Amino acid sequence: MRGFKDSAISEKIPFWLDPRKRAIFFQLLTFCMVGFLAYYLVSNTLINLERQKIASGFGFLHKESSFEIGESLIPYSAASTYTRALLVGALNTVKVAFIGIVITIFLGTIIGVARLSSNWLVSKLAAIFIEVMQDIPVLLQLFFWYALFCETLPSPQEALTPGAGISVCNRGVAFTIPEAHPAHRYMLLAILAGCVIIYLMRRWARKRQEKTGQFFPTFRVGIALLLGLPFVTWLTFGAPLKMDVPVLEGFNFQGGVMVSPEFIALLMGLILYTSAFVAEVVRAGIQSVSKGQKEAAMSIGLRPSLVLNLVILPQALRVIVPPLTSQMLNLTKNSSLAVAIGYPDFVSVANTTINQTGQSIEGVALIMAVYLFFSLSTSAFMNWYNKRVALVER
Amino acid sequence: MKDVKWFVVVLVLALLSTGGMAVAGTLDEVRARGVLTVGVNPGVAGFSMPDEKGVWKGLDIDTAKAIAAAVFGDASKVKYVALTAVQRLPALQSKEIDALCRNTTVTLTRETVNGLNFVHPNYYDGQGFLISKKKGVKTAKGLKGATVCTLPGTTTEMNAADYFRKNGMPWKPVVIESNAELNKAFFAGRCDVLTSDASQLAAIRSVAPNPDDYIILPEIISKEPLAPVVRHGDDQWYDIVNWTVMALIEAEELGITSANVDEMLKSTDPQVQRFLGVNPGFGKALGLDEKWAYNIIKQVGNYGEIFDRNVGPKTPLKLDRGLNNLWTKGGLMYALPFR
Amino acid sequence: MKQAVQAEELRPPVTSIGVIGWIKNNLFNGTPNSVLTLVTLFFLWKTVPPLFRWAFLDSAWHTTGQACREAAGACWSIISMNYRFILFGFYPYEEHWRPFLAMMILVGLLFYSRDRNHWKKTLAYAWIIGLFAMGLLMKGGLFGLPSVESTQWGGLPLTLLLAIFGLTAAYPLGVILALGRRSKMRGIKVLCILYIELIRGVPLISLLFMSSIIFPLFLPEGVTFNKILRAQVAIILFTAAYIAEVVRGGLQGMARGQYEAAESIGLNYYLTMRLIILPQALKIVIPPTVSILISAFKDTSLVVIIALFDLLKTTQSVLSNPEWMGFSREAYVFVAILYFLGCFSMSNYSRKLERELSRGD
Repeated sequence: MRGFKDSAISEKIPFWLDPRKRAIFFQLLTFCMVGFLAYYLVSNTLINLERQKIASGFGFLHKESSFEIGESLIPYSAASTYTRALLVGALNTVKVAFIGIVITIFLGTIIGVARLSSNWLVSKLAAIFIEVMQDIPVLLQLFFWYALFCETLPSPQEALTPGAGISVCNRGVAFTIPEAHPAHRYMLLAILAGCVIIYLMRRWARKRQEKTGQFFPTFRVGIALLLGLPFVTWLTFGAPLKMDVPVLEGFNFQGGVMVSPEFIALLMGLILYTSAFVAEVVRAGIQSVSKGQKEAAMSIGLRPSLVLNLVILPQALRVIVPPLTSQMLNLTKNSSLAVAIGYPDFVSVANTTINQTGQSIEGVALIMAVYLFFSLSTSAFMNWYNKRVALVER
Repeated sequence: MKDVKWFVVVLVLALLSTGGMAVAGTLDEVRARGVLTVGVNPGVAGFSMPDEKGVWKGLDIDTAKAIAAAVFGDASKVKYVALTAVQRLPALQSKEIDALCRNTTVTLTRETVNGLNFVHPNYYDGQGFLISKKKGVKTAKGLKGATVCTLPGTTTEMNAADYFRKNGMPWKPVVIESNAELNKAFFAGRCDVLTSDASQLAAIRSVAPNPDDYIILPEIISKEPLAPVVRHGDDQWYDIVNWTVMALIEAEELGITSANVDEMLKSTDPQVQRFLGVNPGFGKALGLDEKWAYNIIKQVGNYGEIFDRNVGPKTPLKLDRGLNNLWTKGGLMYALPFR
Repeated sequence: MKQAVQAEELRPPVTSIGVIGWIKNNLFNGTPNSVLTLVTLFFLWKTVPPLFRWAFLDSAWHTTGQACREAAGACWSIISMNYRFILFGFYPYEEHWRPFLAMMILVGLLFYSRDRNHWKKTLAYAWIIGLFAMGLLMKGGLFGLPSVESTQWGGLPLTLLLAIFGLTAAYPLGVILALGRRSKMRGIKVLCILYIELIRGVPLISLLFMSSIIFPLFLPEGVTFNKILRAQVAIILFTAAYIAEVVRGGLQGMARGQYEAAESIGLNYYLTMRLIILPQALKIVIPPTVSILISAFKDTSLVVIIALFDLLKTTQSVLSNPEWMGFSREAYVFVAILYFLGCFSMSNYSRKLERELSRGD
């Protein structure tokens, strides 16, 4: 429909034969059609809204939501506004997507490497995992994990305790956490400072290595910094050791941190499904680096860890990052299926909002806008990272 | 090739716009189509649920059948569209369905902001709490800190939020879109309490692995008149659906059942004669066949029969008539006069 | 590594050939690998036998729901007692042979199309006739078959219908979008990029919400499409954006010389694309297209959320029946197996095709 030229007419009229004018004509035509279609749909919608006296506009955002949300990262109650309810949903989506992405990359890499293992058993098991997880719809997996979680685990009264301070029941998993103390804030600052120092150190180490060829163990020093700085901070604050232990009170556990089964089921489904794809991506990336590279690196006397760090990984990452980006985006988008098992993500909250206000157009538009924002910002970040990786490779 | 494409585009647009111009009444549309389209719940035992052969059964389904019987004289001419809670109102607004029989609560907002009209309720309900006996809770006031299972975006969710807020009790909702998943979560112990309309609670309790382990708390925290819905602005269609529900109740009041309706045709009671169309008048007034009420009762039965068949004591739901009994027997079912 | 070499006098030691040699080479070469093998074996020993017991030994296969609750293992009765509703949904019970036959035709056609030697004109005709026959079987109304409205279609046929029509209708749209994205005309290029990126940026479920909740508001009063068709449109629009990206990859893979050669013999844009570029580009992208078909097949399960009775929804409907409540594991495993069979055979085929194509012929 778009941009095909018609030879029958063009032979008669010379005007048509000028490609530039023709291009303008076709573009105008396309724009007119798209514009007309848009106008047609919008006018219909306006007429329909008017006729059925359906309210429109985003005025409802300031009204009281009067529904409760199961889990929230920020204070929220039924007396809060719809805006706040939607924000809670968006943050819940970010939470599951972020944690999901981190674990998926980790697990996917392990499975991808396992797939390439020389151990037949491990390699075949990884292959089976990849094939099975890829071939079962993620929604079905979510339903399955949720059912399994709810139907097999005991009630809070008979909760299992697999480890000290952890209780597992069908209300979720309760963790013991250190009781709030001002030291924690400073420990967080220490970690941030550690990150900055590591970044600077890496730059310095790289420059030095390029100049002098001397190697600096950034990784080990980095880990030491990352663990050491917060630890020293903790000690200077008198090493507060008080723990917030979850205790069964009334119906539920009080205190500690409670992770809901919906969240766990969603996370598990997303991670298992996506990590199968990530494993394939990682495998392909590693296989894309030719054997000669490894042999050449070893022949100039690099240690195996350096071979991996300096030769294999930079080249493999170049292949891995673009498809990995799209897998991360898929995970974020698939997190919208939370609505089916009752995790209050953005779609779920927006759904309730649509239901209560009857303003479906605004609700769906919000859903699309938010996911578009997530997708575009993730891909922007990954593009930036991709460029860095590409530069490193040179 | 191009011309063909253009032709198609123009044709489609022309078709669409002419479709927009010819706006007929719902009754005419339904008649022209030859089948009534009704929105129903995808699965609530006793109200609307497919059996193992894929045949819809339930109180709401029978209400839909009654409308079809009134319009076509044939209760089978119904097409059911399964709708989730979010979809139900837009589907009606956009004319995808002619009427909605999907345990929908009458509220002011829905009648005004959403542009809908509710007819006479076909079921009076109220929201309650279902809880396991093991929890040792005897009253809803003891639910402080409880985890509560509820369906999303329904009046149920808001009522629960209001109730806990009013009583200053913290709580945790677990909100799941589908009834099936919700019930499963409750029985598995995912939540302490399940809140829903009392009829639902009875239904859910009846299917529990061990029904005696669960009790319905005495508090009813809201009024839930469930009624079929039609769009604003088509009064004739509203009348038909409304008086179809009335006819079901009136028939029970008059003692007409699907078994005795043929004998009742010979009745000398003028009220019965008018009702069944032996003395014509009502059918014409509604724009229907004079035998409309006869067809409803003959093919679907009166309200009492429908109730007993789908949710009554002999069904797994084992519901009492309660509020849904005739007004003469202490209930709220009160047919306005057929005059 | 395992062929027994025909040596007269000096055979290799037993430990390096045959079963033992293979085990030694693949499972116990080096300490870390041996430990890994042992750990894995222990893990398998702990998980597989109980699962086997649950699934096969202690299970109930064709009983009532009540009897199932007493069985210690899996309750496969939920499948054997309800499989017709799960597979065919609301399709009239007496007519179930029709969707069954239609699916058999589909499977037959797919099977026949596997072999690339059969890719001729006759195959295209076979598909056209086959699709027509399937449509006729499902819809009825001719040759004495009672008419069955598309709103009554459900279960597996609906899943297949959404996936296959989703892909076939999305394909031409995707090709047009890909060409538009690579077009020299700025305006058209921008429009195509906008469409592709917008669609790829949002989850399918939001498009399904749009199609099921607000699409009716876009149309003039009185014009409605049924829910299945609307969901189908959403799936088509969604899949098209992904196909466009795959096809773009194929187009980018074409050597510049191909365009120049076409131009030099005086072909215009349309003919260049139709005769030179697309036939080659589309051939390159057959394997990724099959992966899109696989995703489309899996993604159809999302229509559950808008209450279309596809395979997953009919299963859930059975699960909400009091008699069968609580057997979700068995039911979901059954559905998972169906999906797995479909996806696995497709991905297997795609790999085989990839090998054949890369062999270069």
